[in-house]
Amino acid sequence: METNLMPSAQELLRFLPEMILAVWAVLVMLWESRHDEHGTRPGMASFTLIGLALAAVASIIGGFDPGLAFRNMLVVDSFATFFRLLVLAIGALAVMTSSPYLRERNAEGGEFYSLLMLSMIGQSLMAASNELMMVFIGIEISSISSYVLAGYMRDDKRANESALKYFLLGSFATGFLLYGISWTYGLTGSTNLNEIAAVLGNADIAPDSVLTGAAAALILAGLCFKVSAFPFQSWAPDVYQGAPTPVGAFLSAAPKAAAFATLLRVFFTAFEPMADRWLPLLSIVALLTMIVGNFAALWQTDIKRMLGYSSIANAGYVLVAVAAHSTLGVSAVLFYLAAYSVMNFGAFAVVSMRDQTELSDFNGLAKRQPMTAALMSVFMASLIGLPLTAGFFGKFYIFKSAIDAELYWLVALGLLTSAVAAFYYVRVIVAMYVKPVPEDAVELAIPAPGLQAVLFVSAALTIGFGVFPGWLLDWATRSSGLLR
Amino acid sequence: MYLLAALFLPVIGFLLCLTVFRKAASSAFAVALGTSGVAFLASLAMIPEIAQNPTKISQALSVNWIPYPPIHFSIGADGLSLWLIVATTLLSLIAILTASKRDGQFFAWLLLLEAGIVGVFSAQDLFLFFVFFELTLVPTLFLMGQYGKDSGRSTSSAATVKFFIYTFAGSVLMLAAITYLFLKAGTFDYQNILLQVQAGSFRLSPAEQMPLFLAFFLAFAVKTPLFPFHSWQADAYATAPSPLGIVMAGMMGKLGAYGLLRFCLPLFPNAARECAGWINGLAILAILYGALVAIVQPNIKRLLAFSSLSHLGFIVLGIFSFHINGLDGAAYQMVCHAITTGALFMLAGVLEDRKGSSDIADFGGLASRTPWLATTFLVAVLASSGLPSLNNFVGEYLILQGAAFAGFPYAAAAAVGVILSAVYLLWMYQRTFLGPNPAEDTADLSGNETIAIAPLILLMIWMGVNSGSFMPLQSAVNQKILQQSKMNVEFRVQVPAAEAVHGN
Repeated sequence: METNLMPSAQELLRFLPEMILAVWAVLVMLWESRHDEHGTRPGMASFTLIGLALAAVASIIGGFDPGLAFRNMLVVDSFATFFRLLVLAIGALAVMTSSPYLRERNAEGGEFYSLLMLSMIGQSLMAASNELMMVFIGIEISSISSYVLAGYMRDDKRANESALKYFLLGSFATGFLLYGISWTYGLTGSTNLNEIAAVLGNADIAPDSVLTGAAAALILAGLCFKVSAFPFQSWAPDVYQGAPTPVGAFLSAAPKAAAFATLLRVFFTAFEPMADRWLPLLSIVALLTMIVGNFAALWQTDIKRMLGYSSIANAGYVLVAVAAHSTLGVSAVLFYLAAYSVMNFGAFAVVSMRDQTELSDFNGLAKRQPMTAALMSVFMASLIGLPLTAGFFGKFYIFKSAIDAELYWLVALGLLTSAVAAFYYVRVIVAMYVKPVPEDAVELAIPAPGLQAVLFVSAALTIGFGVFPGWLLDWATRSSGLLR
Repeated sequence: MYLLAALFLPVIGFLLCLTVFRKAASSAFAVALGTSGVAFLASLAMIPEIAQNPTKISQALSVNWIPYPPIHFSIGADGLSLWLIVATTLLSLIAILTASKRDGQFFAWLLLLEAGIVGVFSAQDLFLFFVFFELTLVPTLFLMGQYGKDSGRSTSSAATVKFFIYTFAGSVLMLAAITYLFLKAGTFDYQNILLQVQAGSFRLSPAEQMPLFLAFFLAFAVKTPLFPFHSWQADAYATAPSPLGIVMAGMMGKLGAYGLLRFCLPLFPNAARECAGWINGLAILAILYGALVAIVQPNIKRLLAFSSLSHLGFIVLGIFSFHINGLDGAAYQMVCHAITTGALFMLAGVLEDRKGSSDIADFGGLASRTPWLATTFLVAVLASSGLPSLNNFVGEYLILQGAAFAGFPYAAAAAVGVILSAVYLLWMYQRTFLGPNPAEDTADLSGNETIAIAPLILLMIWMGVNSGSFMPLQSAVNQKILQQSKMNVEFRVQVPAAEAVHGN
């Protein structure tokens, strides 16, 4: 039978966001070739933002016409659209935060924006892949750009350490993933998620359950690394601390969100037939991730590092909703990832305003920069999970879905660890509002307009999602049905 | 309708003070005074309607807040919450009046705290209740943090963190319990749940009730605080700025006691009755331990903190006596204790203002220099120690009577607490106000301070001589609560033989 290998216009439309990003990344690189040294690149950040906006429009248009593309390699459904838009939004925040950060250090260059967009291509692909090979390609595109981004400040020892660690451990984890994929292929004869599910679900042709269990475990290990879940979490604080702060913010939000999308897609589609085998494991991983993240964060004195551990703990909360294994749980995951992205990004953006990131450097900030301190308090309140913030409803939906699934012990212990977490977040507020201003404090510059915009937008969204969570939840619920 | 004003005027004041009048302290003071004053009047205006039918929730507003899960912004008040709301708006007004020298942010947070507490007392949706319950932490955090004063060993930053963590950690599990109730009952609306219980369409087995009850109880026990969960209290009260102390000591503890009475008894009757024994034991421990520790406190505010611990033990004892006298006494004592402790903290604030410290050793013989301060302080001290014809006596007497029905030893042990309270309060009074004349002059109550303390003193006497103007409203609701907590027992388990003797 003759098969037409040329993609149809419809398929191309479904792939349009990634294509726009790729073209834009190349254009930025070409533009960069007109400059020699790193310095300031007027207009480049805005140009990147335009590209992201176009890609967002393309994602929305693509979302109106859900379906498969490229011989079932990609699936563009509302779920993928949600993650595409989320990743693009995080990317836009990252661009706005990075531009002043890099200019201040005389290090703005086109490749930064280019890499950022390439990394987002990978994350979009991860969210939309319907095929283990696409998952792998998406993760690789996303990761390799991320490794470079983490080490972007190449004269900074910390950044080098961060990039190297991220690279070595990341490749190791990808190895697990790839090994798991090849096992799955060997056992089921397919890398397509639906076909795998069909084979595993059919008792007559299903391969040995121990072997498929091992394959699933290998893939889970690879993905757990990407979402920084226990026991593969140890890289996260080092990387986020060492990477340039806006990159740390980006890395703790976008690749993680995409990895969660992949986790949901792969395990709720391909390995769905053996759900009762991996669900208990996932519950335990979720619990240990929350415990390790929250308790390790207690002892941190560096805010960036503290936020790194906090991102581990937050991955644990999201895993609780994954372990709930329900549509409600999926929508809770989507809601929380969106909520976490804005509040976490806001916190990182505040931290990016200065070089010193020790907790004591924030002493008395309320007297020196009252507005910044107030916004930081909003982000911390949301991370704690106080009512009327996005984080509160995020946690509520997560734990509600888990109570629905009768995971009572996980809920009780998870909530208790979130109470532990309140301690290290509230310490930041106390430092800003209670501790006196250090005597050798230097005059602080007024934050750049782009950065201010990031802060205000994040804070407005944090409170907006907290007061009227309805529409975001609505969107998340509509996006939670996976196209199979 | 009036309830809406009592809830939202402080919120408007909060927003104004935090934004427009942030830098203009005197205008902020006027705004704060205006909004909280009108809120107080609005809360008074609620009385006639509720007095007509105290057991019916007079609904002020019920709008859909979040579509799914269906959470309603539903607020209303009945005879039980009415006086607590009035006391909250009154104490907040007084707190603002005594804080005339503070800045705009201070008023803003005080107003938000007022709104939060009124919200807790009026929320008719369990989720909304939780939101308000947690929301009270935010203004307290900033007030304690920014305006707190180190006192002796306790630094304000440590006290702030301790307070926040304790109360936050205590209440997280309550959210899980509320969610569980929602999943079982299909609604967060409290009255709806109670109706379902009454109709028998919603039942919680004793095995379900116990963990849910404990989750609620933990949150309320930390907030009240009850004996082993009290260690945040003394530090918090000692370092908190005095106006915050008035609201915090006066009203915040009542949040926990109110929750126990309003939710734990009707929702989880089996578990509540099963646990009544050890909870009463803890209450007795709180009464005696609080009183004994209060005796040796060298600092007035710390002493008042332990005195609160002891007095709130009485309230818990009354609630878990499962006798109408105990419940009435507890409900009445919630209001009385708010008034007396509010007054004592206000006066302690005045003393601190004069000497820059609230250590008892720094005072002595003040009575001759400040006769009005000494007199009002004496009235408040006597009221707090339960002198007949002053307000606390009524509540404490009824609680003791209720406790005697639950078991005589409870009443006997608690009565010792009454005696001890006279010991530590009067001894503190003696060391502060009596004795040789001090050398330097100390200013007596100022105009503002007199205006602030006068209504509290009047209320102490009024509530002491004529409890009939206040208690019937509470009592009607208490009857209903007791009925609910009994009816369910008949529904689900065999009533123990002893119940027939004590229960009625």
